[in-house]
Amino acid sequence: MTKLLRVDDLKVHFRIPGEGLLRPRHKTLRAVDGISFDLDAGETLGIVGESGCGKSTLARGILGLVPVTSGSIWLAGEELAHLSARALRKRRQHMQIVFQDPLASLDPRMTVSEIIAEPLQVFEPSLDKKERKHKVQGIMERVGLLPNQINRYPHEFSGGQCQRIGIARALVLKPKLLICDEPVSALDVSIQAQIINLLMDIQEDMQLSMLFIAHDLSVVKQISHRVMVMYLGKMVEATTRDELYRDPRHPYTRALIDAIPIPDPTIERNKKFEPLQGDLPSPLDPPSGCSFRTRCPMAADSCAAEAPTQREISEGHWVSCHFA
Amino acid sequence: MPWIPKTADMPLLEVNNLRTSFHTNDGEVYAVNDLSFSVEKGETLGVVGESGSGKSQLVLSIINLLASNGQLQGSIRFQGQELVGMKPKEINRIRGNRIGMIFQDPMTCLNGYLTVARQMTEVLMHHQGLDYASAKKCSIEMLDAVHIPDAKNRIDRYPHEFSGGMRQRVMIAMALLCQPDLLIADEPSTALDVTVQAQIIQLMNELQQEFGMSIIMITHDLGVIAGISDNVMVMYGGRICEQAPVFELFDNPRHPYTLGLLQSVPRLDTAGSAKLHSIPGNPPNLLRLPPGCAFVDRCQKGIPVCDQKQPRLREISPEHRVACHLEELP
Repeated sequence: MTKLLRVDDLKVHFRIPGEGLLRPRHKTLRAVDGISFDLDAGETLGIVGESGCGKSTLARGILGLVPVTSGSIWLAGEELAHLSARALRKRRQHMQIVFQDPLASLDPRMTVSEIIAEPLQVFEPSLDKKERKHKVQGIMERVGLLPNQINRYPHEFSGGQCQRIGIARALVLKPKLLICDEPVSALDVSIQAQIINLLMDIQEDMQLSMLFIAHDLSVVKQISHRVMVMYLGKMVEATTRDELYRDPRHPYTRALIDAIPIPDPTIERNKKFEPLQGDLPSPLDPPSGCSFRTRCPMAADSCAAEAPTQREISEGHWVSCHFA
Repeated sequence: MPWIPKTADMPLLEVNNLRTSFHTNDGEVYAVNDLSFSVEKGETLGVVGESGSGKSQLVLSIINLLASNGQLQGSIRFQGQELVGMKPKEINRIRGNRIGMIFQDPMTCLNGYLTVARQMTEVLMHHQGLDYASAKKCSIEMLDAVHIPDAKNRIDRYPHEFSGGMRQRVMIAMALLCQPDLLIADEPSTALDVTVQAQIIQLMNELQQEFGMSIIMITHDLGVIAGISDNVMVMYGGRICEQAPVFELFDNPRHPYTLGLLQSVPRLDTAGSAKLHSIPGNPPNLLRLPPGCAFVDRCQKGIPVCDQKQPRLREISPEHRVACHLEELP
């Protein structure tokens, strides 16, 4: 298979002004700090981590929605990171995003057909009205919206349906890459399952590559082929889905998996585990050495002295931990 | 039909035929409809349901914090006292004192302009008549109990100086200050990361053992329910569709909605990649509830009578109640 997306040592840093008038020294927030991965056509990479680990910034960096500090992004063999804004805009039709809050990501003053047709107006202005309407109706049907809903406004829909509209808008241009930033975390359980099934179906139909960002490892398990775990802007572990859940090697991955409550009282009550203590350290002031060491049950002196490097412990299984 | 309590002793909380309705421009909306249940001393009742199922309005009804267009009917007895129709002055003595509350979003529930010390001591000074110094001492002890490191110094900080998980701990500490008999937690861990959620759930279990209070835990996460509840109540369209002890509910779910919910959760302990079972359709609009069962449009096992008649909540085995017409079939 060909690599559709390749991200190489991507860094997104933000300058944060210093506190107080007399201390104008700025600090650097390393939201994404040296992430590399690639994505095949038709493959889904799940990205997990706690809030503040940089997973959304990574998505926005890839799309060029936040300026990239260094590193390179290749989409279908073409380097994106240093394209001009204008040239980049043209490439965006190949990469689309679905956001977390379904209602907030739709313009309340536009009808469903206007929302879904807008990308077509921008990228395919040569289409006439009839063709455009035809395309909008086609994609609406594909995502499970009824034809008679075409002239309604977002507020008339429930959360799950709004998310379908967001997905339709992202897919109407037939992109090669779809980035989903927590697309189901705002939805009810029964609706969440509908949307996950829809995304899985569509991916197979359209041979889409997907970056699926979530904080819920069980949702990611359902939909991904490979999974990458992030902590404080860095990758801590990445491997195939089955391997990650069968044999998690990084203590943070293990802690994340253990923390998920299992909907079975017998299993849930006999589970012996110690939840991870403490909170994510401030990304403005990360710990020395391994950034996870402040919460790590295995931390030793070497962890404070030296940051672990990414190592491939078996084929395609990357871990950055001194003990893996 | 009043719900007969399980033990001869008076339950801590007894709700009978509760109806919560709202006057709206589009007509009368029943958010909670004919609900009867009880909570024993030391028991944890888990309440599950989707948005719009009435679970949050149920909580607000119990502590009488409904919006101004809301109306209560039926009976809520807490330690033998009737809460429906109680004067605000009297209920203020119970709320925050005998009944503690934890809400979903700790940032919007804490006052950002006041230090944590000011907000916590206020509770004790109001309800227990303590002076500031001893109230502060109690508050610090409570912050220690919820494992806030360096509580002595942290208490003088403002809410924004705490992380999300820490704020939720402050909320829990605040709710427990007066050692309430009943703690109502409305989605306390939904806004938190899984690792922090695990900490908070562990903390609540620990505190319950220590203080022996009853808990009503509202959540949509069946995993959380499995870990913490003794009894589970599943709500749909403002009514109870199933209620059972936790092991019974997970082992032997009888209502199609409960079954659907259990099957639509992606699980870590099963192989992924197969299609998830999903419940088709959307939650019902409370303004236009069908005359029969509210779940009928999404139910795959529906029979003709479901469209016409509201199913009766009946006991199919001791402590297991289901409202489904299928249970009435011979």
